Amino acid sequence: MRFIVRRLAFYLLAFWVSITLNFLLPRFMPGDPVTRMFAQAANKMQPHQIEQLRQLFGLDERPIWQQYLTYVHNIFTGQMGVSISRFPTPVSEVIGSQIGWTLLLGGTALVIAVVIGNLLGILAAWRRGGVLDSVFPPILVFVGSFPYFWLAMAALYLFGVVLGWFPIRHAFDAGMTPELSWTFFSSVATHLFLPALTIVLVSIGGWMLGMRNTMIATTAEDYILMAEAKGLTNNRIMFRYAARNAMLPSVTAFGMSFGFIVGGALLTEVVFAYPGVGYQLLAAVQGLDYPLMQGIFLTITAAVLVANFIVDIVYVRLDPRVRVS
Amino acid sequence: MSVTNPSDTVALATPDAPTSAPASIRRPRHGLIRGILGNRKAAFGAGVLLVFAVVALAAPLLAPGNPSLITAIASQPPSAEHLFGTTAKGQDVLALTMHGARTSLLVGFVVGAAATLVGLLVGVASAYFGRVIDDLLSLVTNVFLLIPGLPLLVILAAFLPPGIGTVVVVLIITGWAGSARVLRSQALSIRSKDFVAAAVVTGENPLRIMFREILPNMASIVMSTFLACVIFGIGAQAGLEFLGLGDASVVTWGTNLYWASNDGALFTGAWWAFVPSGLCIALVAFALAMVNYAVDEVTNPRLRTKKKGRTRA
Repeated sequence: MRFIVRRLAFYLLAFWVSITLNFLLPRFMPGDPVTRMFAQAANKMQPHQIEQLRQLFGLDERPIWQQYLTYVHNIFTGQMGVSISRFPTPVSEVIGSQIGWTLLLGGTALVIAVVIGNLLGILAAWRRGGVLDSVFPPILVFVGSFPYFWLAMAALYLFGVVLGWFPIRHAFDAGMTPELSWTFFSSVATHLFLPALTIVLVSIGGWMLGMRNTMIATTAEDYILMAEAKGLTNNRIMFRYAARNAMLPSVTAFGMSFGFIVGGALLTEVVFAYPGVGYQLLAAVQGLDYPLMQGIFLTITAAVLVANFIVDIVYVRLDPRVRVS
Repeated sequence: MSVTNPSDTVALATPDAPTSAPASIRRPRHGLIRGILGNRKAAFGAGVLLVFAVVALAAPLLAPGNPSLITAIASQPPSAEHLFGTTAKGQDVLALTMHGARTSLLVGFVVGAAATLVGLLVGVASAYFGRVIDDLLSLVTNVFLLIPGLPLLVILAAFLPPGIGTVVVVLIITGWAGSARVLRSQALSIRSKDFVAAAVVTGENPLRIMFREILPNMASIVMSTFLACVIFGIGAQAGLEFLGLGDASVVTWGTNLYWASNDGALFTGAWWAFVPSGLCIALVAFALAMVNYAVDEVTNPRLRTKKKGRTRA
């Protein structure tokens, strides 16, 4: 329990740091980007909306600590201002309509990569020097060396443009409305395939090698020898004895890589014009839409922190040593 | 890979004659360097890096003039005259790729070195001083590790004035934390060794203990952290520039990809406009990763593939 409370305090602190960073950036950056943004957008806004944005970006003449308090209060009550590029939609609404796609893409890719990568790692470590152990790692490391977005471009070009097997942009066919029907789901799945595939390809090598190396250390333990001496079946030793103990670092890595996947999905989304928050973030950057940019950053951070917290709770369940200390 | 080499590296590390045994006890680091040189992965990686370094240095000779200038008919596939074809604007892709290597490698190595240095200072200070300083530095490190890197990169780059300098600064800010964590845990284990305690007791100056006693004993992990940071630097730079957050007028692999994508190379079938730069990034990253694995293998004998292989059939 103490462990959980400590972690929770840590995540709250991390979130506070990102809020503060968000607060400070527009106020202390050279070149005054916010004024540029206002010059561009002011003519289409209502006076009270301008006032709200001025507060958000510190253009009102109040002392800084007052501004800070208002800012934190606004963030926790979900008032992140209105989007400028998608005026007059509030930032929270823009993000709400898109975060689902990012979670779908990132989540699918992450789960697939973790499951396959770890399985490959377990098998490779079990048969040291076997085909899996000697052929796969170099190939996967090579594939993993490609930038996410470049692999996405290549896949898009090859399977989307040249071969025409998969759709090349957006999350479902144009003209469709989201509904609970088979045709809609299959459309979503075909659109998801290529982006998810590229993320899986790039990240799977890391999982495999990480698992392989922990597995190798685990198989040298005495209890594995003991299990062998007892005459247990190979599969039982491999999965119930060795892999189960070697899983722990992977569980921690799962939480960390959630942030990495959301970040990586950002570039993949841009290439495939996939309507997630990453794609929106770029649109916001190009449209000098600072409220939306900051809102997306905070949302992604919050999602990552929550994911890590969940992983911590699972970890307590999995590793009794954490409960004791 | 590396099925035959481990026995060589082991042989290299052992003294050649029994009579020289006392002298050879003090040669472990010599063995490390020779072990790395004798490793096939390392040799491959170093070779690839060398080729890229030479091309980058010689780019003004190999492809004289400004590579951004329009010198040919637009969107030509590779031919004898333009080995890598031309872009949608009519620039020579080969020249762009060779000149791109200059900035991309430079930024990658600068970011790698700076991020490792910051990580090293934080990590070693954290391990040496312990207590409050360790708690504080570890806290900062962990917060930076947790905040998602790419979105942070994007908003930092969006607020700062565009340019190569911004890209470097932003990448260092987001890249140091990972190395700090690795280096701290390594420094922590060395901190608990007796010779460090002895140095503390003899009243050596903390800076001297950190850099003359602790640091040399973690050379290999500093090296692999540095390589990982360079990989991060090159990849993240390309990502930022691909998003249009760098300086689009400077020729790098990232801006090449940005322009290729902006000019619709994917949809007009101009694969030659985006394949070379991406392949170069991948090759450099792969070569660095290979050197990194070689360092790991030489310093951690457990990871070497045993010749006998299957202990369990």
